[in-house]
Order: sequence, then C-alpha cells, then structure tokens
Amino acid sequence: MAYITQYCRIQNRMLLRQGSVIYSNLAGDLDTFLDTALTALSIYYPKFYKMDRLSKLGFLAAEVLLRDLELMNRYSPQQVAVVLSNAHSSLDTDIRYFETTKTIASPALFVYTLANIVTGEICIRHGIKGENAFFISEEFDPQGMCEYVDLVLAAKKTKACVAGWVDVMGDQHDVFLYLVEKQGNKFSLDHSPAQLQKLYDLKYGTVDGRSQKTDH
Amino acid sequence: MEQLMEDLKRQIIEALNLKHLKPEDIGDEQPLFVEGLGLDSIDALELIVLLQQHYSIKMANPQDGPQIFKSVKTIAEYIRANQTT
Repeated sequence: MAYITQYCRIQNRMLLRQGSVIYSNLAGDLDTFLDTALTALSIYYPKFYKMDRLSKLGFLAAEVLLRDLELMNRYSPQQVAVVLSNAHSSLDTDIRYFETTKTIASPALFVYTLANIVTGEICIRHGIKGENAFFISEEFDPQGMCEYVDLVLAAKKTKACVAGWVDVMGDQHDVFLYLVEKQGNKFSLDHSPAQLQKLYDLKYGTVDGRSQKTDH
Repeated sequence: MEQLMEDLKRQIIEALNLKHLKPEDIGDEQPLFVEGLGLDSIDALELIVLLQQHYSIKMANPQDGPQIFKSVKTIAEYIRANQTT
C-alpha cells in the first residue's frame, strides 16, 4: 500500500496546494500568470524564464508540492521517481518552434520540443535521480497512473514518486501533481484510482474574483 | 560603439529570456558564459541567431564563438568588423 501525502493543482490561472489557493492571477494571460507566480512564491531561478509553458507549469507545481517537505533530506536522489502524463505532449511548443523555422529556427525553443523535458527541469531543481516516465493519454488516467506508480514503488530502491498530469495547449492548462510515498502520515490518503479521480475532479472556479471550491 | 553595446544588451536580454536582468546589469566586458552571466551552449546558438537576425551576419566559423561571445564588447567589435551595411 502506498499513500498520497501531498497534492497540488494549477487550473484557471490558480495555484492550489491541498485545495487551498496559494496564488492566483486572473488578469492577463497564462504567460503572465506563470511569470508572476514565480515572483509571488519568492523563487529566484533565472532559468525559469527560458522554459516553455509546459516546463514552467510542472516546475511551479513541483515547487508548491514539495515546499517545506524536506523530501530530499528524507530520501536519496535515486529513491525518488517522477511519473508524469498529459494529452498534448509538447505540441504547444512544437507549434511555436515550427513557426520559427519559417525564418531562423530557434535553438532555445527546439530543446523543449519533447514532453519529458519538464521531468528533467523538475529533477534538476530538486536533485531527483530516480526512475522516470512520461505517458500521453487523451485525459487523466487514474487507473493507468496508479498502476504504473505502484509498479515503480514496488522496486526496492524507490520510496517516493512525484506523479501527475501536466497539460498545456495555448492558454488552456491543467495540472494535477501529487506525491506518493511508501510511508504515509496522519494526513495521507490511500493511493488508489478512485482517490486520484476524486482529487483530480475537485473543481475550482471564481466568483467575483474570489476563489470558490466546488466538489463534483 | 556605446550605442551598439546598449542595443546588444537589450537584444541579448530579449533573445535569451533574461527577464531577471536589465541592460545596466550587464557590464561591457563582463564574461557572458560560466562565471559571468552564466549563459550555456543553447544560449550560444541563440546568439548566433541574433547576429543573423539583427545584423545579417552569418558566422563563418562557429569555432570562433568562444572569442566572439566573450563579452558584449567583443560581440560589438565583431559586428563592427563584419557588418557590410
């Protein structure tokens, strides 16, 4: 048995941890939200501005997810895995890169034309060196993700796994990142497809600029 | 030369997404790579693109990159020596 010990969400330009809004910026576009979120979270990481939207979303979600957990003090780099998934792969950046090829192709965009680059950015930031995988599916697949993460955790060396859904296409974005650990705590939830679906389906809308949580 | 270096600083910040910097943060002779601004190999490729886009200069020999891209001043000198218009 494994446990979901932390989860976070980015949707509708709102950043949430355990269901609470950490930061939101409803004015402007997704790019504005991403850059202002970094400042609001008091993170100094110049390389962030070079990342594509997919990596920025994954990076921010991982920052919020792992903040104050001292994960890398509890586990060795090889004991932490990363398993991510999405629907649009790196298509958002692929299209932007393709546009540059009509004049002079951008090397800086080219390096982000792979979905799993976001995994690399998270691993570099947090010093994670364990197993990793990236899956493409039409929608968040709690059954498939749960089975694969359980499989990764069944390996003796893996003790924890950063997992979830990081998807972006244009201004449309949807992020659900969670931490699964072999060892639970009093706040942890069972790692099961039903639990993942429940957490993913929590919807956050806005009413008069205020955040509102609605369960479905 | 002064104006060219100012233009270059703005163009480098924009092309390399150095949003944490202002032109005045970059010294004329400050190293751009490793211990200076910390640029990497992908940034070097973007600088080659920048020369082509803004100054119509195609670097004949990429091996010269480390010398040309040493600082804003060395890039400006290279542009002065190679710009035809």
